[in-house]
Amino acid sequence: MLAFLLRRVIQAAAVLAVVGLIAFSMFRFAGDPVNQIVGPDTPVSERAEIRKSLGLDDPVIVQFGRYAGDVLRGEFGISYQFRQPVSRLLADRMPATLELAFCATVFALVVGVLMGVYCALRRDSWLAGLFQAVSLVGISLPTFLTGILLIFLFSVTLGWLPSYGRGDTVRLGWWTTGFLTASGLKALILPSITLGMFQMTLIMRLVRAEMLEVLRTDYIRFARARGLTTRAVHLRHALKNTLVPVITIAGLQLGSVIAFSIITETVFQWPGMGLLFVQAVQNVDIPIMSAYLLLVALIFVTINLVVDILYTVVDPRLRLPAGKAA
Amino acid sequence: MSGQDLDTGDIAAVPQPGAAAPSRWTAFRDSDLLASFLRSKLAVGALIATAVMVALALAAPLISPQNPYDPAQLDLINSNLPPIWQAEGQAPFYLGTDDQGRDVLSAVLYGLRLSLIVGVLGVLTSGILGIALGLVAGYAGGALDTLIMRIADVQLTFPAILIALVVDGVAKAAFGGALDVGPLIGLIVVSIGLSFWVQYARTVRSSVMVEKGKDYVQAARLIGLSAPVIMVRHVLPNVTGPVFVIATINLALAIITEATLSFLGTGLPETMPSLGTLIRTGNRFLFSGEWWIVAFPGLALAGLVIAINLLGDWLRDALNPKLQ
Amino acid sequence: MSRTLLKSLVRGVAAGAALALVAMPAQAENVFRFAFQGDIKSLDPYSLKETFTIGMHAAVYEALVTRDKDMKIVPQLAESWETPEPTRWRFHLRKGVKFHDGSPFTADDVIFSAQRVRAPGSNFQTNVPADAEFVKVDDYTVDMVLKRPNPIAIAQFPTWYIMSKTWAEKNGAVQPTAPTAGNPGYATLHENGTGPFVITEQQPGVKTIFKKFPGYWGKVESNLDQAVFTTISNDATRVAALLSGEVDWMDPVPLQDQQRVNASGTATVMTGPELRTIFLGMDQWRDELKDSSVKGKNPFKDPKVREAFYLAIDEDTIAKRVMRGQATPSALLIAPALYDRAGEFKRPATDLKKAKELMAEAGYPDGFSLTMDCPNDRYVNDEAICQAVVSMLARIGVKVNLNAQPKAKYFAKVLAPGYDTSFYLVGWTPSSQDSHNILFEIAGCRKAGDKSGRGGWNLGGYCNPKIDEIADKVEGETDKTKRDALIKEGFDLIQADWGYIPLHQQALAWGVSKKVHLVQRPDNMLLLYWVSKDKTPS
Repeated sequence: MLAFLLRRVIQAAAVLAVVGLIAFSMFRFAGDPVNQIVGPDTPVSERAEIRKSLGLDDPVIVQFGRYAGDVLRGEFGISYQFRQPVSRLLADRMPATLELAFCATVFALVVGVLMGVYCALRRDSWLAGLFQAVSLVGISLPTFLTGILLIFLFSVTLGWLPSYGRGDTVRLGWWTTGFLTASGLKALILPSITLGMFQMTLIMRLVRAEMLEVLRTDYIRFARARGLTTRAVHLRHALKNTLVPVITIAGLQLGSVIAFSIITETVFQWPGMGLLFVQAVQNVDIPIMSAYLLLVALIFVTINLVVDILYTVVDPRLRLPAGKAA
Repeated sequence: MSGQDLDTGDIAAVPQPGAAAPSRWTAFRDSDLLASFLRSKLAVGALIATAVMVALALAAPLISPQNPYDPAQLDLINSNLPPIWQAEGQAPFYLGTDDQGRDVLSAVLYGLRLSLIVGVLGVLTSGILGIALGLVAGYAGGALDTLIMRIADVQLTFPAILIALVVDGVAKAAFGGALDVGPLIGLIVVSIGLSFWVQYARTVRSSVMVEKGKDYVQAARLIGLSAPVIMVRHVLPNVTGPVFVIATINLALAIITEATLSFLGTGLPETMPSLGTLIRTGNRFLFSGEWWIVAFPGLALAGLVIAINLLGDWLRDALNPKLQ
Repeated sequence: MSRTLLKSLVRGVAAGAALALVAMPAQAENVFRFAFQGDIKSLDPYSLKETFTIGMHAAVYEALVTRDKDMKIVPQLAESWETPEPTRWRFHLRKGVKFHDGSPFTADDVIFSAQRVRAPGSNFQTNVPADAEFVKVDDYTVDMVLKRPNPIAIAQFPTWYIMSKTWAEKNGAVQPTAPTAGNPGYATLHENGTGPFVITEQQPGVKTIFKKFPGYWGKVESNLDQAVFTTISNDATRVAALLSGEVDWMDPVPLQDQQRVNASGTATVMTGPELRTIFLGMDQWRDELKDSSVKGKNPFKDPKVREAFYLAIDEDTIAKRVMRGQATPSALLIAPALYDRAGEFKRPATDLKKAKELMAEAGYPDGFSLTMDCPNDRYVNDEAICQAVVSMLARIGVKVNLNAQPKAKYFAKVLAPGYDTSFYLVGWTPSSQDSHNILFEIAGCRKAGDKSGRGGWNLGGYCNPKIDEIADKVEGETDKTKRDALIKEGFDLIQADWGYIPLHQQALAWGVSKKVHLVQRPDNMLLLYWVSKDKTPS
């Protein structure tokens, strides 16, 4: 168990190191950093001077070491567009993205599990058919189309919900939250659905498949034979057994949700890290791009690690020799 | 969205802890007859729909009233016309025109073509890359295997769209932004290829690992066939099924990825619009009542992707009834 | 959605609303919310000459003189001024004015600001004459001594904001922050002006909060306690925000949405002619165009090609269709409001046949190809205009490869050393509100090593030495009739040379809530001190 965890941690660190290297290469080689700092009419001699002062003439290994050191201290450089430290920009926008990702995940989990259970238990009902159809559309429709469709329905046509932004936010220390105002909560609805749609579909399909699977097993048949009510069998036993993979998927997908918020944030002009990243790509703002990449990698790796650990706790069968548990 | 790393053909990657595989018979008995019939009907429908769209896309230059990529054919006088069935509609602009006088029908047909071209090229790139790496990793084993699979792990850390955006952004920084359409399409194809190869590699690798130990491969090795020959001639045919499933579903993903890149403004330009670009342009006119500029490209994209996904679903189910 | 879930959601909303009420007790504040497609680039008032940013600076910074609602120059930090001799301007400064940090405003601050605004890195160097020397007479009197008479010496003073010397020295902000600087200076993120508002929060690209400055020296027309600015770059969301009442003001209203805004009943579109002129420039500088099919020579050096381009572009249709009538085609590079004799100029009519003939005469019967640079988020429908131009030029065989980019990348490219563009679209408002600026910065010859700023925005390197002579005469001419005649001579030359292709003046289109009362000047600046909002009874 310990060896397994240790191995996982080492792997995670290795992944981060590789991503760090990629981020550094972007930072250093895509676009001359000097050009981004000086004005158009800076003479060549002055440019050379700046090159030197930035340490761009040092061996690449030394530069990478310095970059890694900076990153560990939370310094990702200065954004070309905003002329602000990237760390500050990301910190400003992180709450927006995390709150959106959280709501999307909650939406996906709750609705996905409910729909999945229903589809498994009432396979023949028309509602189950409808849910299946929704899941097909949910998995097929590009996020931006879902978003546009929802905006068209609920903002343009019906005028019920806001189509952009976070509404009013309340500042709690360095964190800004949209949870504490009515307009903030309203603003969360459409983006959360848009962002959570895919995960919801995934969870629904998974729950349905797992439920069907579990309902077939001897274990459940025994439970039934023991005279437990159908409801108890379904919920206490069958659902419980499907939860392991659901937790895994939901956990793993949380990272995806954060990364995919790029598109949702663009459609809804949600002032989070994803929107910042898209603007950075459009404006070739390399420091933001590389910092965002690193941050997402860190989030992903952490989540994977946590899920792995949870997994071993929930399902003891997985405490196998490390190489096999994937 | 394209976070489907887990749900696509990567059957082996979906955790199935403790699920005792039921026999084929139980699977068949428990599967919903009506649903499966419907499903196959759907699959047939999907096949027809896909075929029609592919045909339309291929024939686009022949049947379109206008070449939407030729600026000389656009006339501002015809801008913002509604579809033909509305009062101000005008032939031959059956589905209306955009703000440049571009015929929406023609743009959708050409856009379908572009989407399919980019999708197929992207799938080919990722497929070739992934199959090659998977074969090598599975057959060679050892350090090479570990290296390739660790790279795959890192890659899986990032969703395709993020990789595509980064590749796109970095390439633009390197080339200075003013890319011609040809290289631009190449860039998007490469972005897609680099984002989607992992599933092929993993699937092929695990199949190879299984096949490697089998007698016929051992025999082939004994009669002195070289490793590449064995892999290509004997091992590869055994993995075509799953690879085909992945390819089908990835085609839908690749099309979505291209559309998303274009929607985010980092894909194809407005002068050579793909479906994603058209939707981005049309989105501006959503509130002003000029709905046709976004609606028809949106429908076309959704239709294409849903049809391909249905096909892929059906293929996967046919190959792996357990997931039903 | 299950009933329990719905219930808990409702409960959550209710709890949130209750908490929000607790969290924000001061509901009585009159808050004005507004949105613009771009952001406030920098708080350093010498960083970037961009209309919206300058307008925002005007809420917190003040200048010696300012422009009133009719664009007339009126006193601000200078109570009065006189010119005892043609080359000496004497400013009498207002007493009792305090900067936001509490320090008093004196002559030292003016002299410091005059140095800082002309220091390297400043984007406002031309606002104050380069040869002007500032002399402190006493704490509240400053003299500006010029080398030669200049009747419009203070024309650009309204956007030369006065900064505090002590504050700048204390915070290491003595040097202006260049627009391209990698390191944000203290002044980019903090302000210390004398204006009626202070900035209490600045989140670049997200929001900026203005609050009333209690120690302001004057009386303010605005009844606002607070103004909250957000960037909403997406057109549709900006419109939606206005219609739903989330913002009280936004700019610009996309042309296609103006009808809907007016029909909404909650907001209106305030339109007016803008001073900015949109035009196309051609590279007449290089010996060979970049990315063109023509090798070994530059087709734009031939006036026939420039004329053909001019005649092929149907500006009337652009104004009617792309701009949906919200643009005035222009024959000049300056708005009619800024030049009294503008009416004497006519735009040559579109003539495809002649354009084709001209191309053939110039040796390009089959046209040629080239790349056009265009911003896609700077001017009203900028990319759409460029696309229309591409279509129109295709009809005379010119294949244009359109490179439309976000403004940051666009300007970085076209303003790069050597001006990296062959064919481009920009919009220009002379910051002096005067034709001299056009003759000098747009049409003046570019010379290597010239520090005066002549031809600084002449991205295509169009050059007619006669225009330089005329510009110099215009600068010193104090008689209006003679001056206007000189200007006409200059503008005639530009037109005869086909030096530029002027397109139009776009119309201003502000989306304004019916609760809000404000002033729209043709310079398109939103000035918070003239904004009032009906207090909602609550």
